[in-house]
Amino acid sequence: MREAVIPVSWILEIVKATLSAVAVFTFAAVFAAMLGVYLERKISGWIQARVGPKHVGPQGILQTVADTIKLLQKENIVPRHADYLVFSSAPLIVTVAALLGYVVIPWGKLGDWVLIVRDLNIGVLYFAAMSSLVVIGILTGGWSSNNKYALLGGLRSASQLISYELPLGFAIISVAMMAGSLSTVEIVNAQQDVWFVFKQPLAFLIFLTAAAAETNRVPFDLPEAESELVAGYFAEYTGMRFALFQLGEYAEMLAMAAMTTVLFLGGWRGPWLPPILWFFIKTYAVVFFFMWVRWTYPRLRIDQLLNLSWKVLLPLGLLNILVTGLVVTLAR
Amino acid sequence: MLVDWLYVAVFGVVGVLLAILPLAIVWLISPRGEYPQKLLTYESGVVPFGQAWSQFNVRYYLFSLAFVLFDVEVIYLYPWAIVFKELGAFAFTEMFVFLAILFIALVYAWRKGALEWV
Repeated sequence: MREAVIPVSWILEIVKATLSAVAVFTFAAVFAAMLGVYLERKISGWIQARVGPKHVGPQGILQTVADTIKLLQKENIVPRHADYLVFSSAPLIVTVAALLGYVVIPWGKLGDWVLIVRDLNIGVLYFAAMSSLVVIGILTGGWSSNNKYALLGGLRSASQLISYELPLGFAIISVAMMAGSLSTVEIVNAQQDVWFVFKQPLAFLIFLTAAAAETNRVPFDLPEAESELVAGYFAEYTGMRFALFQLGEYAEMLAMAAMTTVLFLGGWRGPWLPPILWFFIKTYAVVFFFMWVRWTYPRLRIDQLLNLSWKVLLPLGLLNILVTGLVVTLAR
Repeated sequence: MLVDWLYVAVFGVVGVLLAILPLAIVWLISPRGEYPQKLLTYESGVVPFGQAWSQFNVRYYLFSLAFVLFDVEVIYLYPWAIVFKELGAFAFTEMFVFLAILFIALVYAWRKGALEWV
């Protein structure tokens, strides 16, 4: 007679998973959200010839910490006509969906040991799936607020995110065809000689554009569009719920930058410096690029936004896959 | 293999708990004041009229239909992209036909005006 007991090794795995989850989420909250917001304010200040945050801590580095503590003391207001349950769950969905993508990001290498939570064999597909879960959170948040601005922001966001998911998928497939694997570690290993940005420049451009759109960054920030929709889908959110939306957004941006590094910029590879440092230099270079674009270009109109995806990026992505397939098949 | 997905599940659960934690702190320490104006829906300072849960532009629906079509296509491309090197020219030709049919579908939708924002 067999007894239904959980093996000891599984309990050990659960403990390890819990610890790594806490570590990764703390990392994301500090390095993606707090440092991200600080960098954004400093860089925007620098681009607009201002100073940016300066007074809290040296060079204002503790400004975001102070803001977080302030937001912790704010009241959570739920509008009377909102759908309470859906309204409360939306920020949780956005945050968790953004953070789940961190499971497959290889942060670097110590000796033979790759710093990754779990090297899933469908890594990049899993990442794309998790990043598209964010749209569910945004749509529920926009709809449940029962606010016209929020509903419009949520709907725009849904159409934008699903439109740009396709070019994103095509760019990932082009890379997977070159690497012959969907595992993030395998993809980095396949770039031993040449980074994929040189072999797949078109896919790189498509991925970068789609990543900016997926993270709702300017010039694709129509869901938020402060000047026309107040704040879009999170117009009714206050205090910590608002902070969770921000956390999700910045965590998503860092994850997208890290994935750009993994897919196209050779991951942790580089001379002289330790691999972890290389990974962070490349990732934050991509983050800087996103911020640079944000403070340089104006917002697109929604028809221009959808045209760019459906009539430019989608045919280009298909073409890129065909050309890649042809070249790889002929070069066999 | 199963352990991999155990990690994903644990990440999901821990993520929800960690996201609830600051909300619980807020629930404990935040001030509470009840007055009717505060719970009104924000509508640029005027008293909101009607509900936001109303009919909206059918365009969003058309784009989501086109999305479903192409997203299913992308799902078929993933396994093919991994193995097509071993399968050689035959697999490439097959996929070329598949992609060509879907490309014609895109052109059709384009010509019909399904991709125009009105």
